[in-house]
Amino acid sequence: MIWVAVLGGSISCFALKLLGYVIPERFLAHPNIMRVTALIPVAFLAALMPVQTLIGGDGQLVIDARLAGMLVALIALILRVPFLGVIVLASVTAALTRATGLMP
Amino acid sequence: MTERATIIRDSVAVGAATAAYGISFGAVAIASGLSPFQAQALSGLMFTGASQFALIGVIGTGGGVLAAVAAAAFLGVRNSLYGFHMATILHVRGAQRLAAAQVTIDESTGMAMGHEDSPANARTAFWATGISVFVLWNAGTLLGSLGAGLLGDPARWGLDAAIPAAFLALLWPRLSNATARFTAVIAIILAIIATPLLPPGVPILVAGGCAVGLGIAFEHRRNRGPHSTQVNE
Repeated sequence: MIWVAVLGGSISCFALKLLGYVIPERFLAHPNIMRVTALIPVAFLAALMPVQTLIGGDGQLVIDARLAGMLVALIALILRVPFLGVIVLASVTAALTRATGLMP
Repeated sequence: MTERATIIRDSVAVGAATAAYGISFGAVAIASGLSPFQAQALSGLMFTGASQFALIGVIGTGGGVLAAVAAAAFLGVRNSLYGFHMATILHVRGAQRLAAAQVTIDESTGMAMGHEDSPANARTAFWATGISVFVLWNAGTLLGSLGAGLLGDPARWGLDAAIPAAFLALLWPRLSNATARFTAVIAIILAIIATPLLPPGVPILVAGGCAVGLGIAFEHRRNRGPHSTQVNE
C-alpha cells in the first residue's frame, strides 16, 4: 500500500511539474490562479502541523512531548536557526521531555 | 572567478544545504513506516521536499493512499507555476524538457530568478542548482534512512517531533504577509477541529482546501477595504 502512495504521489508531482512547461500562457497568468497557487503551500503545511503534533495513535487529540518539541522549534525559527538545527532541536527537546518523564 | 563559476559555486552551496534537510527526510521517512527503498524512491521520483514530507506525514498518522497522494499533489501545484515561468527562459524540448520538469523546484527556480538579468546566467543557475540539489538531496536521504535504521524506536529520539517541526520550518518563510498568516491560522484551527471527526488524512485536505478559500476571501476584502493602500506589504 505504501508503494502505491509512493508511486502515485511521484507520478502526480511529476505531472504537475511538466504541466507548467506545456500549459498555454493565458491560463496560468490569470491573477486568481496565481493567488491560489501562492496560498496552497501555506494552507497545507499549516494543516499538516497540528495533525502531526497533537494526534495520538488512536486518532484523538493528545498533548505529549511533540508539543514541547514544536514550541522549541518555534523559538528556534524566531532566533533564525537554520532548517536542520530547528529539526534537531525539536527532536532533542521531545526526547529529553520523554526521558525525564515530564511528558509521555 | 568567472561569473558562471560563481553561479555554479553558489548553486552547489544550495545543494549542500538541502543535503542536511535530506538527511532529516530520510530519518523521518523511516520513523513514519517507510522502507529505505521507499524513502529513496520518493527523493528520486517525487523530488519535491514539502510533498515528500506531506506524503510520509499522512501515511505515518494512518491515512489512506488517496489522502497521502492528494496532500503531496496539492503541495506540488506550485511547481506548475515554476515550470510555467522557467519554460520562457529555458526553451527546452523533448528529453531535456522532461529533465527540466523533474528539477523544477523551489531552489532551482529561486536561483534562476535571482539571475534573470541575463538569460544565460539564469539557465546556468537553474541547471546547476537543480542537478546539485537532486544529487545531494538523494545522498542525504540515503544517509538519513540508513542512520535511522540503527536507532531503534524513533519516538525515543524525538523523531516524531521532527516531522511537524519540518512543516513549521517550511511554513515559516512563507508567512511574510497578512493573507498568508490568516490562511495558516485558519488551516491550523480547522485541522484541529476536523481531526477527531474525519478519517485520518482527510482533515488535512478539508482544512487546507477551506483555508485557501477563506484566505482568498480575506485578501479580496482587504483589497476592497479602507486600507487598500497597505495590501502590497
